[in-house]
Amino acid sequence: MAMIEMKDVSKWYGPVQVLKDCSAAVNKGEVVVVCGPSGSGKSTLIKTVNGLEPFQRGDVLVNGISVGDPKTNLTRLRAQIGMVFQHFELFPHMSVVDNISLGQVRVLGRSRDEATARSMKLLERVGLTQHAAKYPGQLSGGQQQRVAIARALAMDPLAMLFDEPTSALDPEMINEVLDVMTELAREGMTMMVVTHEMGFASRVAHRVIFMDQGQIVEDDKKEDFFRTPRSERAQQFLSKILHH
Amino acid sequence: MKYNWNWGIFWQLSPDGRGTYLDTLIAGLGWTLATALSAWVIALILGIIVGVVRTTPVRWLRLLGDAWVEVFRNVPLLVQMFLWFFVFPELLPASVGVWLKQLPRSAFYTAVLCLGLYTSARVAEQTRAGIQSLARGQRMAGIALGLTLPQTYRFVLLPMALRIVMPPLTSEFLNVIKNSAVALTIGLVELTASARSIQEFSFQVFEAFTAATLIYMFLNLIVVAGMRWLEKRVAIPGLIGPGQAMPQAGH
Repeated sequence: MAMIEMKDVSKWYGPVQVLKDCSAAVNKGEVVVVCGPSGSGKSTLIKTVNGLEPFQRGDVLVNGISVGDPKTNLTRLRAQIGMVFQHFELFPHMSVVDNISLGQVRVLGRSRDEATARSMKLLERVGLTQHAAKYPGQLSGGQQQRVAIARALAMDPLAMLFDEPTSALDPEMINEVLDVMTELAREGMTMMVVTHEMGFASRVAHRVIFMDQGQIVEDDKKEDFFRTPRSERAQQFLSKILHH
Repeated sequence: MKYNWNWGIFWQLSPDGRGTYLDTLIAGLGWTLATALSAWVIALILGIIVGVVRTTPVRWLRLLGDAWVEVFRNVPLLVQMFLWFFVFPELLPASVGVWLKQLPRSAFYTAVLCLGLYTSARVAEQTRAGIQSLARGQRMAGIALGLTLPQTYRFVLLPMALRIVMPPLTSEFLNVIKNSAVALTIGLVELTASARSIQEFSFQVFEAFTAATLIYMFLNLIVVAGMRWLEKRVAIPGLIGPGQAMPQAGH
């Protein structure tokens, strides 16, 4: 069953069309990597899933609920989709544990104690228990991103969106974040990941979507994508990104 | 210049019946404090609301907020004071206007309202700058978590934005104290008016205005020290200063 289904999604910024009839589906428990050159619309596409980026045509269904329908309670829908950003976007004025608890208390209505207990469990999982009382500004980029993943997981999401989760990190911190994501994928989380980490894609993804100029150019099983991408554009992209 | 210095003037009885000239000054200081602090409360509450409104995605609300700021900051405070005191009651139904003019302490209420609204436009401008200095991603992160827009402002955006704009807000706080002197033009006997009345009764102009000057300075230094203390108290561990970004002050 498709957890996320995009049907002919199109989006314009004024006269510029940034998404062109994008259709794709992510099944429950599936990990889909979205890649492509910068400016190809990857981030915009992934943000249409939780309605952070509005679109003018087509529709996105999450667990059967339409994102484009004005009657949909987007706030409630967003609470069920975890999102991890390129620049972490932790709340700098809150301690690590409060960052993870905020949504649990204010959106899910959990008690503070219940939320804190859950936050501590998630911190243990991402290996940051001893940093619970610290503030985001006191952590490294990799640590911040792991907290951001914990914050998203605390909402018990149906699916997780990752928007270039490692591109703002120093190289030595990339793996600690990818490890957490890999484990998450193994546990069966439905994931949509915008990334240039082709190693991660080839190890963890089930499918790879390749975008160029606002279009989905390829949507292949991982094995096919890395062995024989059909489009010339994807071949060029792969050769550039893999040989250095 | 021949001038009879007399620093003992403050202990002499004043003909205004309040006691000594020092008592006159203290009464004036009381009105200055009451006016400035009440106006500051109004300015903070309205200013933050209007500042927030100007950064929301709702277009008509934004326009309303913009209009508010442009009206109140582009007309001289003195003119606004006259408008509220002399013109506004005439625009109301006759009975309400008369009631308003005969209200005891009507000059005080008018001064508080006028100064509060005027300063709210400036606070709104600072608040807007503070919110806009935050990365767009912060708003997205709050929304993506499932927070409503008001919750995102309350828990994510405002706590950071207000920390960032604390230095310019300190200046606005000082301004509201200094600007309260304009209220003497509508008959409020606050600190400056008290100094002037001492001068008129006793001709000790230098002593009277030296005292007023020192009191204003002392008052403002207390505010500066208080705001510094507050800034340190709410400083966030791991960030340099209260915020990383410096917003443009709204002038």
